[in-house]
Amino acid sequence: MSNYRYKLTKELAEHFTDVQLEIEESAHGVVCTVPVESWLEVAKTLRDATIFQFDQCMDVCGVDYFTYGEAEWQTDGVSSTGFSRGVNAKGPGRFSWHERRQEAMPKRFAVVAQLLSVPHNRRLTIKCYAPDEGMLMVPSLVDIWPGVNWFEREAFDLFGIIFKGHPDLRRILTDYGFIGHPFRKDFPLIGNVEVAYDEEKERVVYQPVSIEPRVLVPKTIRRDSRYVESMNDQETS
Amino acid sequence: MSEIKNYTMNFGPQHPAAHGVLRLILELDGEVVEHADPHVGLLHRGTEKLAESKPYNQSIGYMDRLDYVSMMCNEHAYVRGIEQLLNIEAPIRAQYIRTMFDEITRIRNHLMWIGTHGLDLGAMALFLYAFREREHCMDMYEAVSGARMHATYYRPGGVYRDLPERMPQYAESKWTKGKNLAYVNEWREGSLLDFIEAFANDFTSKIDEYRTLLQDNRIWKQRTVGIGVVSPEQAKAWGFSGPMLRGSGVAWDLRKKQTYAAYDKVDFDIPVGVNGDCYDRYLVRMEEMVQSTRIIKQCVEWLKHNPGPVMVDEFKVAPPSREMMKEDMESMIHHFKLFTEGYTVPAGEVYAAVEAPKGEFGVYLISDDSNKPFRMKLRAPGFAHLSAMNDMVKGHMLADVVAVIGTMDIVFGEIDR
Repeated sequence: MSNYRYKLTKELAEHFTDVQLEIEESAHGVVCTVPVESWLEVAKTLRDATIFQFDQCMDVCGVDYFTYGEAEWQTDGVSSTGFSRGVNAKGPGRFSWHERRQEAMPKRFAVVAQLLSVPHNRRLTIKCYAPDEGMLMVPSLVDIWPGVNWFEREAFDLFGIIFKGHPDLRRILTDYGFIGHPFRKDFPLIGNVEVAYDEEKERVVYQPVSIEPRVLVPKTIRRDSRYVESMNDQETS
Repeated sequence: MSEIKNYTMNFGPQHPAAHGVLRLILELDGEVVEHADPHVGLLHRGTEKLAESKPYNQSIGYMDRLDYVSMMCNEHAYVRGIEQLLNIEAPIRAQYIRTMFDEITRIRNHLMWIGTHGLDLGAMALFLYAFREREHCMDMYEAVSGARMHATYYRPGGVYRDLPERMPQYAESKWTKGKNLAYVNEWREGSLLDFIEAFANDFTSKIDEYRTLLQDNRIWKQRTVGIGVVSPEQAKAWGFSGPMLRGSGVAWDLRKKQTYAAYDKVDFDIPVGVNGDCYDRYLVRMEEMVQSTRIIKQCVEWLKHNPGPVMVDEFKVAPPSREMMKEDMESMIHHFKLFTEGYTVPAGEVYAAVEAPKGEFGVYLISDDSNKPFRMKLRAPGFAHLSAMNDMVKGHMLADVVAVIGTMDIVFGEIDR
């Protein structure tokens, strides 16, 4: 199990000569980024080819890369008066529905699948970015691994990624009649609506959310080197 | 003869056999299920999104509340993900403690499962027996973490604290006194490890009691044999894991195949089913409890003879002790930074999975060098199992739907997240 990563990386690069794959090998696994046009073809080969045999797809999820790497509190550029104070960014949880940011970002949405090969006892993460132009659409893996049906429904529900060829693309986790895709980074953490009992109408009604956005700990980024150093130590030893 | 038409029936979300808040839309032809459409999400709390707005350590408590009958296994997957990104490893004693508590958790989960599954299928007495033993496991949780269920005991880099030297005892009260008091405190004279050992020595005979009630019980077999049959190919294609996969005859267990914690240092077997029906999955889970008892005994033996640290000696991740904090400026700063800002995790992504009682519980983490996870995805085993509901119940009778829900060991905390 432990030393399969190098071999798998090599096999991927050798096997898919006509597809532009980005293979990233790290200490925790292999991540393979596939162009959206080749998503189905690569997945099918990974399942069927004898050297791969990824017969299980454990998980499919969406990722929204909006605000990736944006800190809310500056930790560099220290002046004689100290660090920057106050939080002014609109990070997750710090904005309401009306204040949400609406700017475009290339390669914003990705679909990530975790594959597992029972015969070879190996794992592989495959990833593809949804196209920037036109529909936010990625081919569905449901014909290759039937078990991804609900996982893709979930990614559609939470991120609004449309899976082409999915037989039953309905919302799954959110309420009936929900508006918006809640796991997008521009969807407020407090939500948009809440439910309450209306005494006059004698039923439960939707109303605008009444709580204020609040986050206690700002998001900070520190690229300190200690982990990198300890990793280098391990590699050389 | 009058014409019989298909009709649609709503099952749940308040039905006691729905194991929480499952809403099933069943299309029936007489009593035969033609189509089942599970509606989930009634317990959706957005755990992943909440975790993305908090420093890493503050989300450990949320993990307990996912699969709320196998708490520590969920924590284990999460802290392993963080540990891999941070490139740290928990000390060996902490690994053994985690192994032991994972197995206690497995017993807890399976006791809950056998109790409710039995109750659903008409074996009322079993529930009382199962919950009698489950109470002991609750006490172990309480002794080590202070909480009976939601422990928040595992931390990145180890566990929160070492096992207590003294097992808490019952005090004398109006209801518990004299002989009764001596009886309930019988196992509680020594340390927590003594208590766990006494429990483990006793528990195998308790499993035999459950088996007496069920194994050859005619009604139990009528309700489970040949119901919800899953072939190994189907099980793999549907993304099954854990007992659902092993019940179909696939010898796959992450504890053996992709070993973690101290599972490579203990001796245990993996039970595998043959027919892939509800009865085989029952047999697999019963045998898993026996194997868990074996693992627990070995861990207790090791832990009794090998004292040592239970947390990494790295103040960037694990807080210094209170005494150090009050004497040493550096420790004070570390303590302050850890509890206000948390630690930052190097950029990267990781998928860490553990063999939770229900199957593969995975955590997919993406970090962007910050103190909060950029994206967290929890892979719940029950989600994949429930998605195959329609294929498993098609053609079965309405009463078998309950058997299939029970055999999946569904808990909505993890499915809805």
